[in-house]
Amino acid sequence: MSNKKTKINFPPWGETPERERGLFVNNILKSYKDVAALKGISFEVQKNELFGLIGPDGAGKTTLMRILTTLLLPDSGHVTMDGADVVKNYKTIRKSIGYMPGRFSLYPDLSVEENLQFFATVFNTTVKKNYGLIKDIYSHIEPFKKRLAGRLSGGMKQKLALSCALIHKPKVLILDDPTTGVDAVSRREFWEMLKNLQKKDITIMVSTPYMDEASLCDRVALIQSGKIMDVDTPDAIVQKFGRKILAVKATETYRLINDLRGHHKAEAVYAFGQYIHFTAIDDDIEVTEMEQFLKNKNHQSIIVEEIVPGIEDVFMGLMKAPPSLP
Amino acid sequence: MSNKKTKINFLPWGETPERERGHIISVKNLVKKYGDFYANDHLSFDVYKGEIFGFLGANGAGKTTAIRILCGLSSPTSGEIKVAGYDIYTQTEKVKNNIGYMSQKFSLYEDLTVSENIQFYGGIYGLPSKTVKEKEKQLLEKLELTSSKNKLIAGLPLGWKQKLAFSIAILHDPKIVFLDEPTGGVDPITRRKFWDLIYEAANGGITVFVTTHYMDEAEYCNRVSIMDAGKIEALDTPENLKKQYKAKNMDEVFVKIAR
Repeated sequence: MSNKKTKINFPPWGETPERERGLFVNNILKSYKDVAALKGISFEVQKNELFGLIGPDGAGKTTLMRILTTLLLPDSGHVTMDGADVVKNYKTIRKSIGYMPGRFSLYPDLSVEENLQFFATVFNTTVKKNYGLIKDIYSHIEPFKKRLAGRLSGGMKQKLALSCALIHKPKVLILDDPTTGVDAVSRREFWEMLKNLQKKDITIMVSTPYMDEASLCDRVALIQSGKIMDVDTPDAIVQKFGRKILAVKATETYRLINDLRGHHKAEAVYAFGQYIHFTAIDDDIEVTEMEQFLKNKNHQSIIVEEIVPGIEDVFMGLMKAPPSLP
Repeated sequence: MSNKKTKINFLPWGETPERERGHIISVKNLVKKYGDFYANDHLSFDVYKGEIFGFLGANGAGKTTAIRILCGLSSPTSGEIKVAGYDIYTQTEKVKNNIGYMSQKFSLYEDLTVSENIQFYGGIYGLPSKTVKEKEKQLLEKLELTSSKNKLIAGLPLGWKQKLAFSIAILHDPKIVFLDEPTGGVDPITRRKFWDLIYEAANGGITVFVTTHYMDEAEYCNRVSIMDAGKIEALDTPENLKKQYKAKNMDEVFVKIAR
């Protein structure tokens, strides 16, 4: 991964001609009747980058991915991949992208092997020719190759879908929420597979509602309500945020939350696992001050620490309010 | 919410010994076989009244099978199971009257309005129409949905749908509510607001039985069980599990057990 970056003289934004970029998205607008799904989306993905589109359901991730994969026309704006326009040159694009939709979209009444062969044939290639690319993934399900795809477990379906999306050796791989509903262990394995694919000259764009997965990407776009809130490396996004966050813990968590919400300086109080994250108005809060506040409220086993924010803190700070009623 | 709190004098995360409250779910040697395959392999556990019980496990570990049995939707192969004090074999209808259920997949009717969904479920639960009307009014006010009561569910943001689905799942004041991955895919603020509803329900005395793939949410439960390959591999408070597995958070505990 790191040697790839030096080869392409990272970061090349701005100076690189559009045709040499992996993916170039410029001011995409898309509405369904009177609902604006995408409100001017612009970003770029470098070749062989692992790029994350991080946001909750309903943020516009699927709409954007369907535009990138030529399945939906934008109302305005343009997208190019390797210089080819997704609207004008859709035939070229379709040959060079792999797409794994959010819903399982293989043929449940074909076997594992038949599904793979089908996708290879549609793209005018053979399983044998590109087997090297999918070997690491497909070998997990190969022992079950005669089984009907509809009868595979969730994790195996996912591996088959990824194998089918890769069988024509795409230049760009687009994955729509591949880890939704997947347990924490399988999610880790899936990301390891993506990291390995990246080494094989594939640009990867992956969407996820799990904020913790952002740190596994080279760069991420944070998307909410059809708008991109920030695009950068996960580290840079956290650094730019620059808010002071206290992680607080005590025995009675529920009472702790309510007391923290009642603090006169409280701007945001959210549970993060076993800790509560507290953000003060104008960041005007000291650890000792908070400790004293909690002691006065008779909390036990008090822990107060200033922490480096995570992507989820940043996301919540940037989005401020969840989607309101129409 | 506040009057509920004074009525019930324990806090779900507080110091009250759970054992004094008694069991609301009691499972002894639950077995469910499909052919030669043990989907549930001799599960034994109890859930205490008023606790938030996290039911975790990898995909395919057997969680859904167990939940379906506890809800009276599927019969076990063998085992002694009581839910809300009723026997799962002979008193299935009693069990169903005393539980609520919500999942991401099964929730509300998209082409009915907010109000119609409340009335529909009120009817299904067999509540008198006067009670349904009162409950509807309270619920709409609490969720700040009064002005949207004649809107179709299809037009509501996901977070609002989930809040409404949860409130409807407890419309008939069940003793237990089963939540099957209730927060999948929602934004981080809405996800936390959803947990506020969970605490509030638990504070009001409803036992919450919840599954999730977000390991930070496992920390919010009073106790957590972790299933792997049809068996319960661990069951304790998050604090004790972290000590036992020498892990700094529940994500590490989960990975150590399920990998």
